[in-house]
Order: sequence, then structure tokens, then C-alpha cells
Amino acid sequence: MQGIAEAISLALELVLRADADLLEIVVLSLRVSLTATLTACLIGLPLGALLAVARFPGRQAAIVVVNALMGLPPVVVGLLVYLHLSRAGPLGFLGLLYTPSAMIIAQTILIAPIVTALSRQVLEDLHGEYAEQFRSLCLSRSQMVGALLWDGRFSLMTVALAGFGRAVAEVGAVIVVGGNIDHLTRVMTTAIALETSRGDLALALALGMVLLVIALGVNAAVQGVRINAARHAHV
Amino acid sequence: MFTRPLGALCAALCLAGPAFAQDDRIIVQSTTSTANSGLYDHILPRFEAATGIRVSVVAVGTGQAIRNAENCDGDLLLVHAKPAEEAFVAAGHGSWRRDLMYNDFVIVGPEADPAGIAGTQDAEAALARIAEAGALFASRGDDSGTHKKEMALWSASGVSPEGASGTWYRETGSGMGATLNAAVGMGAYTLTDRASWISYENRQDFAVQVEGDADLFNQYGVIPVSAAHCPSVKAEAAEVFAGWLLSDEGQAAIAGHEVAGQQLFFPNAGAE
Amino acid sequence: MSDAAILPFERAEPSASLPRPIFPLAVRGLALSYGATQVLAGVDLDLGARGCTVVMGPNGAGKSLLLKLLHGLIAPSGGVIDWAGQSPSEVTRRQALVFQRPVLLRRSVGANIDFVLKARGLPRATVRERRTALLAHVGLAEKTDLPARRLSGGEAQRLALARALATEPEVLFLDEPTASLDPASALAIEEIVTRARDLGTRVIFVTHDVGQARRLADDVVFLHRGRVAEHRPAEAFFAAPRSEAAAGYLAGRIVV
Repeated sequence: MQGIAEAISLALELVLRADADLLEIVVLSLRVSLTATLTACLIGLPLGALLAVARFPGRQAAIVVVNALMGLPPVVVGLLVYLHLSRAGPLGFLGLLYTPSAMIIAQTILIAPIVTALSRQVLEDLHGEYAEQFRSLCLSRSQMVGALLWDGRFSLMTVALAGFGRAVAEVGAVIVVGGNIDHLTRVMTTAIALETSRGDLALALALGMVLLVIALGVNAAVQGVRINAARHAHV
Repeated sequence: MFTRPLGALCAALCLAGPAFAQDDRIIVQSTTSTANSGLYDHILPRFEAATGIRVSVVAVGTGQAIRNAENCDGDLLLVHAKPAEEAFVAAGHGSWRRDLMYNDFVIVGPEADPAGIAGTQDAEAALARIAEAGALFASRGDDSGTHKKEMALWSASGVSPEGASGTWYRETGSGMGATLNAAVGMGAYTLTDRASWISYENRQDFAVQVEGDADLFNQYGVIPVSAAHCPSVKAEAAEVFAGWLLSDEGQAAIAGHEVAGQQLFFPNAGAE
Repeated sequence: MSDAAILPFERAEPSASLPRPIFPLAVRGLALSYGATQVLAGVDLDLGARGCTVVMGPNGAGKSLLLKLLHGLIAPSGGVIDWAGQSPSEVTRRQALVFQRPVLLRRSVGANIDFVLKARGLPRATVRERRTALLAHVGLAEKTDLPARRLSGGEAQRLALARALATEPEVLFLDEPTASLDPASALAIEEIVTRARDLGTRVIFVTHDVGQARRLADDVVFLHRGRVAEHRPAEAFFAAPRSEAAAGYLAGRIVV
């Protein structure tokens, strides 16, 4: 308990004196994970919508695969990305290993299945409601997908949050492809891992608390948008 | 109503700027013991100020550092497992190898000292006594430099602990810090380099039990990755850094790194 | 259709948008089964180009499914639906269907109209112009910016009707659109439908409400046990139904 009290006061101290190193790490964490979330949404939302709307042979199998990929261990994703981005790997010429770009790629791969699978579920429910009306209106598939994505936007925000939550909290992928390099690829989770391995458990816990507060902030912002939308009966 | 926050989110992401590729930095594949003890935080600002070359340190176990360097994912190797390092150079992956600095390994354990090894100067005998007593021992189990050293010591002691894996012999498969955390948590002895131990903050009732054996000597070496093996390597800058580390200035910087008033690494580049 | 615009805005020349007539409609031996359950068992039906046909019948007679078959939303198990030489799916685009429970998008009232107009590729200025006219037409002009899901039941169904009319359908199907509405709201719907019919839109209207059927119908199709039990002009049907089932239904007896 003493450790936790110490961690809380340390977390407060770090935040209150706007520690420059902490700020750098927080900004990089947000930049990497938000970019990965956005990219994963650009990939996963249309894919999820297509899986919700289209009927094709192997669709059930595709859904099972996407759902299973939600459980990808971050360190496995990290290794796969490492093997591709390594100088000895097929994409080594890009020189992306140990950069924030590599971390964004790894987190995107990690959470794109989450966004796809969850948005597929959300949009399939919505499509169940809209399908006959859409067929009556003779909408093209892309028009349907567009309408579903727009009308499901508030539920899809929660989907994006689930992806962001996983991205910002994972350490296994970013530590392998980012290398936890100070002032370059160190993010909240790798900093926590580092302080843990130095045995500075109070500082590690304090950083964890800061991460938690950031996640709370992002979630609260999205929840605010949703409540506002509910008040206007769009949800 | 809802478009404004969405727009703000997009704007925030745009402001976040493009992700960048590797620039002019050189990458050093190194060990957690050197990085966690703050050595690089101490010496890199001096080097960067002197040369303008920026250095990124990837801290992993020696085994993984060597493999990463073999994959050309580093420009310089700074590790502590001399036979593996010499093999790396012999295979053509490294240009050359030089001794850089040393410190020593210690066996740490709980104050209660269930195997009664405190004060022993003979590491092999201490390990044999741990095995005999069936006292808990936490091994890195990760092919790191420390793990290689530990295996060599066991071999010399005539005990092969693998058979006891999962009973008194616990392989964590983790870095030095995680293994120290596990050892402290379990009340197990473990082998650690002195730098990691001094800069480790969660010692609780643990103390150094065995030190001073010549077999516990811990030599660090530096190897530039060969440009013939890895065309992408920043050979010139890496040679400059290696040269600086071996120079009087670099050696003095290493000697000047202290934690809690103790010097962690002892430069010995000139000893050869 | 001639120059009789069903809506207060200018309508494209029929020849431009309507390459082929879609009447007469001829249905022969139409059957629909779900597993062992036969819902429609050989429906024969002929419909001409004008008026309002009311489809009646007891629950489970297959009225809603008949509409969906004619509109091309589902495929029959057997038989033929012939819209002057075209299959239902070929003419879906020229028709509209209003469901019993309006399916409104999670957007504003105006955006619900805009959506179908934009989906048809109309230019923005035209979209705005038509939306304004349509919402005025159904009495929802002042609710344009409200969320569609905040509308009352009657308003929501009027919006669904306006949206159906937005694409200028040649055939307007309505599937018990007033079943869950209060009488005043139902009457408002009936007025809009009657006006559309008077201006040339072919209306096919499913209802349970005998009074509503009397007010709207030009002719009545009475479905019973998966077949057309009777199809006659409204006046004659209501004066003296020929089939026992229809007579019983009109007399308020329970018909199964």
C-alpha cells in the first residue's frame, strides 16, 4: 500500500511539474496509438461493413478468422513486423525498424482485426434493420456501406476506442519493433517496462497511472460526443 | 453537433505529423545491463556534443543483440559474451572486436541465506551448495551474456541444473531487471552483473552474497557491424563512435559514470 | 401520367425516365414456401396502370409477402410475375415501398430525404429544392432539421412516405402503413396517398382496416389461404363479396 501511495504522489509530481521527458513520451504514445487507430479504422471499418453486407462463399470462415485475429498476441505481431522490417527482411530497404512508423505499423496490424470484427457485428445489426429498405431503394453496395458507416458512427466510435485501448496499452509489439530508444521510440508502456526492470516500481506504477488518466481522458471525450448524440436521438 | 469533435480529432491526428524513417542516427545493439544502469545517458551527450553524431540504443539480451546485428539491424554491437562476440567477427558479421570495459558478476540472495554461501569467494562452490541445499535460484534462461556466464559457472561446478528446472531452479526467460524482480519476489539467489545490481531499486532484503572470484569477471566488447556483410550499415559513423569509446576521452567518460557513489564500469581498452 | 405532376415540382418527361411501360402486371401461379410452410399457393392477378388497389385478407394470408414479391425484394418459389415483360427486380427502381414500421436513417428529417435523392445522383440544388417541396407536401417542413428518430409515429410514417415519393415511383406499395397510428395520423397518410393516386401514381395498399379500404380502394384483392379469393372493383366487393371468407371478414367474423 505504501508503494501505491508513493506512486500516486510521484505521478502527481511528474504531471504537475510538466516533466519534459514524460511529456515527450506521452505525446509519442498518443501519436503512435491514435495514428494506428485511425489507420486501423480506415482499413477495418470498410472491411467490417463489407463483411456485414456482402454474401459470398467463405464469408463465415472469414468472420471466424477475423474474430480469432482479435486475440493476436502483441509480441507475435511485433516479431512478424520485425522480420519484415529488419534489414535482412523483405522490407528492410525502407529503413523503418526502430522508428515510430514501425510502431504504428505493428499497432495497426494488432488492432485492425478488432476494428473489423467489432464493426462487422455493429453494422450487421444495423443492416438487419435497414436491409429491406435499402433493397427497395436499389442502393449499390458502396452506397449501403457508406450509409451504414455513417448511421453507425456513434457505435463505431466505441469500436475505435476498443482498438485505441488495446494499442495504447500494449507493450509487446512496440518494444520489439521500436526498440524502446530514449527520445525516439520510447512510449508509455515501454517506459513502464523499463522502470519495472530497473526495479523502480513506484515510478513504473506512476507512469501506469498517467497512462490510465490519458486513456480515461480519451474515453471521456468520446463518451461526451455519444451523450450529445443521444440527446439528439441519433443513436 | 457531433461533427465538431470528430473534426477536432482529425485535426489532432494531422497535427501529430508524419511518422519519420531512420535518419542519420546510428543504432547500437546493446545489453540491458549497460542501458538500465544509465551508462548511455551519461556518455552519449558527451559523444554527441563532440561529433554531432546521434546514437540510438536498443537494449536487449546479448544473444538477441547479436542476432539483431546479424540481421543488419544495428551499426555497432556492445555486449558481454566474448566467445560469441569472437564468433560474430569470425563469421564476417563484424569488422573487428576490442575489449571496452569490465566489471564483475555477483551472486545476490536473501539475507536469510538458506544455502549458507555468504562470504564465499568461490562461485562454483557456492552454486554447488545452492544445488545441494535445493535453495531457489532464478536463472535468466534467455541466452543473454549473463545467462551464458551462469551456464559456464554451473558447468565448472559439476552441477547441471536443467534437470531441476521448475523445482529449485527457476528459468525466467526474461531480462536482468525482470529476473531480479522475480528473484526478490521468490526469495531466490540469482547471478547479476554488478551494474544492474547497483542501479536496481527494488532490493528489499537482498544483498550480495558472493563476489570477488576471478571467474566472475565480466568483459564488455565493442564490434562495428561489417559493411561487407551489411551494406546498409552506417560504417563510418559507427567507426567514429567505436573509436571514441576506445579513446582516452571515451574511456574517461565510462569511468566517470557512477550510481550511488560507485563506479559501475571499468575501462580497459588499453590493456590489450 | 401526362402532365399530371404528383408533386409540386417539375417532373421529367415520362419518355426520358421511363423507357418502357411497366403495366399491365400479370401474375400467374405465384407460390412462396418457407420450408414446409406454403405461404402463397398459386396467386393469379392482373393489374392495370391506374388507381389504388387494396389488398386485404386475414393474418397470415401472405399480403406483405405478396408486396415484397411484386416489388422484387424476395424471390418466389414458383410462378411468374410479369411487369409488361420485365421481372420484378428490373422494375424495383421505378417503385417504392412504405413499410408498416418506417425504417428511418439515424439522421435529420431533411437528410433522410436527401439520402435517396443523392443516391439517385441528383445535383445538390435539385436535392435541396425537392426536399423542401416534399417536406412541405407532407407537413414536415418545420421539422427539417430535427432528428428523424425524434418524430412521432404519424410524423415518422409521413416522412417515410415523402421519402418513397422522392424517387417519383410509378408504383407505390404500402404495407399496412397506418396499422399502429391514431386515426388522425392515419387520415393524414390516406390524404397523401390519395393525392398521389389522383396525380397518376399506381398505389397498391395492404390494410386490415375495412373502413380505410372503403375510403381508398378502386379495386380490392382479397387473399385467403395463399390464393386470391376475390379481385373486384371496390364498390362491387364491399356491396356483395362473393367469397365466403371475404364476406365473413367484412362482417367482422374471425377468418383463418
